[in-house]
Amino acid sequence: MPNEVKAFKPKIVAFCCNWCSYAGADLAGTNRLNYPADVKIIRVPCSCRVNPMFILRAFQRGADGVILCGCHPGDCHYTTGNYYARRRMTLLFSMLDYLGIEKERTRVEWVSAAEGAKFAATMNDFVETVTRLGENKRLEDLRCKE
Amino acid sequence: MQGMMIARAGELLENGTVTRVLGWQTGEFVYDITPAVFESAEELEKGFVYNSFCGNNLSKYLIQASRKEGKILVFLKPCDTYSFNQLIKEHRIVRENVYIIGIPCDGKTDGEFLKAKGVKGILGIREEGDNFVVDTLYGEKTIAREDALPERCRNCKSKKHMVYDELMGEEGEVLDSHRFDMVEKLEAMTPDERFAFWRSQLSRCIRCNACRNVCPACSCEKCVFDNPQSGIAQKAAADSFEENMFHIIRAFHVAGRCTDCGECSRVCPQNIPLHLLNRKFIKDIDTFYGEYQAGEDTESRAPLTNYTQEDVEPSIVYTRGGNN
Repeated sequence: MPNEVKAFKPKIVAFCCNWCSYAGADLAGTNRLNYPADVKIIRVPCSCRVNPMFILRAFQRGADGVILCGCHPGDCHYTTGNYYARRRMTLLFSMLDYLGIEKERTRVEWVSAAEGAKFAATMNDFVETVTRLGENKRLEDLRCKE
Repeated sequence: MQGMMIARAGELLENGTVTRVLGWQTGEFVYDITPAVFESAEELEKGFVYNSFCGNNLSKYLIQASRKEGKILVFLKPCDTYSFNQLIKEHRIVRENVYIIGIPCDGKTDGEFLKAKGVKGILGIREEGDNFVVDTLYGEKTIAREDALPERCRNCKSKKHMVYDELMGEEGEVLDSHRFDMVEKLEAMTPDERFAFWRSQLSRCIRCNACRNVCPACSCEKCVFDNPQSGIAQKAAADSFEENMFHIIRAFHVAGRCTDCGECSRVCPQNIPLHLLNRKFIKDIDTFYGEYQAGEDTESRAPLTNYTQEDVEPSIVYTRGGNN
């Protein structure tokens, strides 16, 4: 029906580190665990490869939520990468909140290669949170909207 | 003070300790002070000024100036020495080429600030006790120091010079300032109020890049905002996203390195309180990772190039500052 209002489907960008979370996502797939198809995964070499600009650019291009997944602290393939990422993201999320932008749209989760179930559960939960928040209005770029 | 400074600078030029002097000169108007380099005693006599309008932080100019041959003399106020130290830590200034004279500072006012208070036709300024006496076309006007100082000077963090080769006047002390009061006030608002507040401030931004260009910490040779692929390389911010993005990234790039000198807010032609963004990062770093004052020393590691295993998780943010 043409007049039917479509249910809101959020666009979620997930930055996953190559060594843990990306493998974790793979495991979720091979285990046939369900998580919403709204999650688009971008593979990065390490969680600390993600700079604040990546996250803001994702919002600019229409993401409603951005999640960063990496190895558990202490388990980084490059030894210390995720420790730096942790500090950066803490400060960035706090700044977004300070500007009145919904902080729930951003999240950091540590997912190891063995935690396929955690990956699926995290994504389900995050998609649910963002769906509840609705469309990203406070950090949108109208030129990039359809 | 100005006489003493010119005399001392003249001496140092005379005996060959330095070849150039970095100081201030009057621009188009008397309150419109610009940094300048002087090479002889005559030039100093003719152009050098030091008064209550000389708020400019000269540290950044040393990045270029200290790479030239010969030593340069520079006058630094206490808060400028923090920026100087920070640049030394980042290996941007050649310390051997700089001779620092520390000068005391009781706060600098600003022409625009006085004009907003209804002072017209400014011809000069002098300090008398706790007052500024402004010489104008319409006679002398006396303004209490408290009323004439911008926010950064009212909440001065330190009267102590972190680094100097020679000191004029007394050695000051690090002060207990209330510089985070406004940040706390904003944090106590609801997210909607905060959003409205920052929209009303940041939407005035004309992307002149003055905040970036004046900032001593913001001195990369290649700036991310000059990259045509950055998504915000426009001359003017096209929509609210660009304004947010520019200011978040600008503040983030100096997080942990910002000494809170307040130059960004001073130069902003739209009077956006940009220092409140920087102070938020400083305050967060203080609460999460322990007290840290950039520019206090030249050895310690900056908070964002450091970590401990016990650092708080980013999820701590969800428990603070109210919910949407």
